[in-house]
Amino acid sequence: MPGLLSRERIIAQPGFNRWLVPPAALAIHLSIGMAYGFSVFWLPLSKAIGITQSVPCPAEMGFLARLFATSCDWKISTLGWMYTLFFVFLGSSAALFGRWVERVGPRRAGVVAAFCWGGGFVISALGVHLHQIWMLWVGSGVIGGCGLGLGYISPVSTLIKWFPDRRGMATGMAIMGFGGGAMIGSPLANLLMNHFKTPTSVGVTQTFVTMGLIYFVSMLCGAFGYRMPAPDWKPEGWTPPAGSNAMITRRHAHVSRAWRTPQFWLLWTVLCMNVSAGIGVIGMASPMLQEVFGGKVIGLVGALQDLTEDQRTQVATIGAGFAALLSLFNITGRIVWASLSDYWGRKRTYVVFFALGIVLYSLAPTAGRLGSVPLFVSIFCIILTMYGGGFATIPAYLADMFGTQHVGAIHGRLLTAWSTAGILGPVLVNYIREYQIDRGVAPGSAYTTTMYILAGLLVIGFIANLSVKPVDDRFFMSDAQLAEERRLAHEGGARR
Amino acid sequence: MSETRSSPVSWVLVVVAWGAVGLPLAWGIYKTLQTAVKIFR
Repeated sequence: MPGLLSRERIIAQPGFNRWLVPPAALAIHLSIGMAYGFSVFWLPLSKAIGITQSVPCPAEMGFLARLFATSCDWKISTLGWMYTLFFVFLGSSAALFGRWVERVGPRRAGVVAAFCWGGGFVISALGVHLHQIWMLWVGSGVIGGCGLGLGYISPVSTLIKWFPDRRGMATGMAIMGFGGGAMIGSPLANLLMNHFKTPTSVGVTQTFVTMGLIYFVSMLCGAFGYRMPAPDWKPEGWTPPAGSNAMITRRHAHVSRAWRTPQFWLLWTVLCMNVSAGIGVIGMASPMLQEVFGGKVIGLVGALQDLTEDQRTQVATIGAGFAALLSLFNITGRIVWASLSDYWGRKRTYVVFFALGIVLYSLAPTAGRLGSVPLFVSIFCIILTMYGGGFATIPAYLADMFGTQHVGAIHGRLLTAWSTAGILGPVLVNYIREYQIDRGVAPGSAYTTTMYILAGLLVIGFIANLSVKPVDDRFFMSDAQLAEERRLAHEGGARR
Repeated sequence: MSETRSSPVSWVLVVVAWGAVGLPLAWGIYKTLQTAVKIFR
């Protein structure tokens, strides 16, 4: 009898309702999406020793000594390395283990992801308790990052197979969860830290343990909720459209050949440019609003530096509200654009992302110069929908180009574009900004060149997307090779 | 191979499963909206 986690055990019985699969995927993506919300821990963790205020390490203390120091607090910049580790290990693990996920099926991958992500929280809790920053990096950053990668790709292939008629919408639902995870996790973390904090503790240790357990259970529920359709299953009453659309193949490329095609690298460039520009904008949208408009956002005249401390706090509160508004548009874009791509086609959807994006990125500085807050806010909200939409539409684009057999593994390799963008976007934005300010440009004006350069990245993405043509026949598997792949993946086993 | 019609019980399960993920998400969106509305005040 096949094991509890095996792929054969999760082939659905006839009559299984396919709408049960998206919530299973959401349970996993909403859990791992907390990666975006980790900044909620930075301030309390930077006071883990001092409790009311941070205790700085002696200036002469070296890097290694700081890794093991238990008598002084961590800097926020040191804690921030966790973000880099998250996205580097997300991409790397998805690329390395994508093939394994295809072979063993989504349930086993989901369970391993639950152990990595939940376990990472527990190791981090121990790291906070012992005040060892390296344990947080290894626990949440490396092990948790691997959980992110496995969890992120685990439902992709399954959802595309259950929804051949709405590939974009199906993957959009799951990937919307990754965008929404921090919306649940951040306020929950605040509630828990307030509950657990004492005069001698900031409450992060207990919060990490509690959240680790919650995410572990939630991800296990998701993993055990996954079901695979039988091979060649299709929805009742649906027939694949007559083979007139060359941009949607009915054949299947092997992952080891797919990544050697020009199409793979063009789509890699498409994702990398869209995400680099988006990450750049996310990082600077709120400070840009505050510095460009200054007192105007609270109905006063004057630049930010001319305001009183109290007025600056009010402006910062508006900035936080703007960041929250952007996160709502980010998750909305994931489901809306991905669903629209089912009707428009993937290539056309990305043409809209890039063409509209180039116009909006270039218009943002003008909106600042005109002093129009509503226009400025609207531009960034639309940009954020396209950032989210880019993530959510790419799995369906890959399925259209390379077929569904290895789409999860191919998507895993493509996610290295995300890791690259996670470094490229912030580095580019910070470097350009510092370069300009060092040369005497006013902080409020330093964003203009940055926005034009980000628009330039979108031009590269636009050209890459236009260059995508159907994959050459020689890259697809023969019928015999496909049958062998299906045999290796134990497809068509016991029904549950 | 085609889908056979889903049973009414399976639709109850669908509502429960969507509720289990939808309610926390709705709470998260509500909390985010509470912060976001500050920009309109």
